Amino acid sequence: MASANPVFRALADPTRRAIFEELTRRGEQTVHALTRYAGVSQPAVSKHLTVLKRAKLVRHRREGREAHYRAVPDALAPMADWLAHYGAFWRDRLDQLEDLLKRMDK
Amino acid sequence: MTNTTATRSVVIEREVPHPPDKVWRALTEGQLIEEWLMKNDFQPVVGHRFKLSADWGSVDCEVLTVELNKTLSYTWGAYGLESVVTWTLTPTSTGTHLRLEQSGFREDQQQAYKGAGYGWQNFLGKLEGVVGGLD
Repeated sequence: MASANPVFRALADPTRRAIFEELTRRGEQTVHALTRYAGVSQPAVSKHLTVLKRAKLVRHRREGREAHYRAVPDALAPMADWLAHYGAFWRDRLDQLEDLLKRMDK
Repeated sequence: MTNTTATRSVVIEREVPHPPDKVWRALTEGQLIEEWLMKNDFQPVVGHRFKLSADWGSVDCEVLTVELNKTLSYTWGAYGLESVVTWTLTPTSTGTHLRLEQSGFREDQQQAYKGAGYGWQNFLGKLEGVVGGLD
């Protein structure tokens, strides 16, 4: 459960979401290309990529002077687990809420 | 609601054969909350911090929105992750349409991305695939 945290944090920022989405859609890209796409400075893009990397949402490799990044969609699994966990939790609680409503006076 | 919301959050909707004011009581009166959710020191006051506790641990919350018989939302801090739980009550001819949403993104961040105009929809389509694969 705790491991969903860095994923949510990383994707809570709209620019990071955009970068991650772009990598998911188009495959591997250089920091340069991502900078053009994101419309923010290269240092800003690098910072965002570091956060995504920590959340294991992206991986990179060096080729010459350029770093190439690609998305790791499997890293979304903790977030999906979180959604599944709370989905089950709330369905169960809502059943109990409905039982309570039946017992309550108007 | 668009499926943008549905895919990045837990959303559960139910039709209950009880009027909104009765459902509201069950959602906002401490003793009633305890009967279906957890022990608590809830107060329907914006900014009120409360704890939900069970034998497995506790959840730290803060009330964000209170609109009598309509909307209730609070933060939900558990497992080191803060999310937001929002209850929406809509009267129907037979009772209440009850909608629960729990989102891992804070409200202000949701506002931010709405204006961003990036390809978030595409990403969510993929995320939906990941979540769907769990069933």
